Amino acid sequence: MKYGLQFRDVFAAWESILEGVWITLLLSGVAMVGGLAIGVLCAAARVYGPGWLRRLVGAYVEVIRNTPLLVQLFLIFFGLPSLGLRLDGLTAAMIALVINLGAYTTEIVRAGLEAVPKAQIEAGHSLGLSGLQVFRYIVVFPALKAMFPALASQFVLMMLATSVVSQISVQDLFHAASIVQSRTFRDFEVYTVIGVLYLSLAFAFRGLFAVIYRLAFVQR
Amino acid sequence: MIREFGFIDVMYLVGAARWTLLLTVTAFAGASVLGLAIAIARILPFAPVRWIAAGYTHIVQGTPLLVWLFLIFFGLPLIGISVNPWLAAAVGFSVYGSAFLGEIWRGALVSIAKTQWEAGASLGLSMAEQLRYVIIPQSVRVAIPPTVGFLVQLIKNTSLAAVIGLVELTREGQLTAAGTYKPFAVYITVACIYFLMCFPLTQWSRSLERKLDVAR
Repeated sequence: MKYGLQFRDVFAAWESILEGVWITLLLSGVAMVGGLAIGVLCAAARVYGPGWLRRLVGAYVEVIRNTPLLVQLFLIFFGLPSLGLRLDGLTAAMIALVINLGAYTTEIVRAGLEAVPKAQIEAGHSLGLSGLQVFRYIVVFPALKAMFPALASQFVLMMLATSVVSQISVQDLFHAASIVQSRTFRDFEVYTVIGVLYLSLAFAFRGLFAVIYRLAFVQR
Repeated sequence: MIREFGFIDVMYLVGAARWTLLLTVTAFAGASVLGLAIAIARILPFAPVRWIAAGYTHIVQGTPLLVWLFLIFFGLPLIGISVNPWLAAAVGFSVYGSAFLGEIWRGALVSIAKTQWEAGASLGLSMAEQLRYVIIPQSVRVAIPPTVGFLVQLIKNTSLAAVIGLVELTREGQLTAAGTYKPFAVYITVACIYFLMCFPLTQWSRSLERKLDVAR
């Protein structure tokens, strides 16, 4: 028997799908802002902090980067309640994504900070600039420029990875797919549509980051 | 029945890690074959082949792995292949991995100086022979550290196979958590087992990177 693809029922459920897109965008946004904040703080601690703090941040980075996001998510959503901390799915998802992305951005930001040649920093000091002034006028801009491409691609990967939050019943785009699937039984069609949507989101994010890069870092 | 989370459960989890490793090895094998083809296709002097390979890479890297797993799980039966979670996961991870390995290996291939190709050509080697005897052997050194790094990604990502019902480490963790009502202890154990598999590879990849850097 030949199977004919039918997308009509899938497109009829566009409202659930749109809802899912919104949650996916929300989660990605929260993860990027929170992850970047953690990354900047931890990278600063790792580069300029005292020894014990460096080791602590190093341990955080290694633990997160060497375990799966899905397990981290389960630990926060299913594990923490047995310690008395009960979170709803969306909050647990946000926390897990921020902690996860934070570890990756720490490494990226650190590499960016270390990419600024030492001689330039010394030159700043020898001109009588204070530590803060050296950071403000000499380190920040080239460091941001060096870390931007890696950050952008990490953010896109994170946007795609948010799909795992569907496994703790957060109603994101991927979860919308399973709902539409159970309503219409058009599984292959549903996941094709969802895949195309994720792909469009990924291209949109890449385009946005490229525009930001041009505006901020390319000299005219 | 609720039972205690004890030593025997930890041993079960450690035992389930072998399925994670087996899936990783299978996926890596499949991804290597496809990925090498993609990497070579992307440096061939025929533009349409390059575009197709680049398009494939962009599409795979622009969609979540979960979507691929489900597309393959539901799609293979449509073309008459009866599917089990193992087959779906093996194919899904091979497709996913090939895009990333293809990109890593393409980078390694283009890092070899153009004069090496020209030297090969001037010795009368064909394009395929230049690739086989001159370019690939040299680019392997460049490719190894990021490839080991990608293995870590692959091990972690096999946890998503739990979603299509394949019983590997994460799925075994879910089952144990449901049976013992000790999710915190169970998932901490699961995370530790992943860490013990991934961390040595991460360190190895780093030390390889340093060694090859010094050798240059």
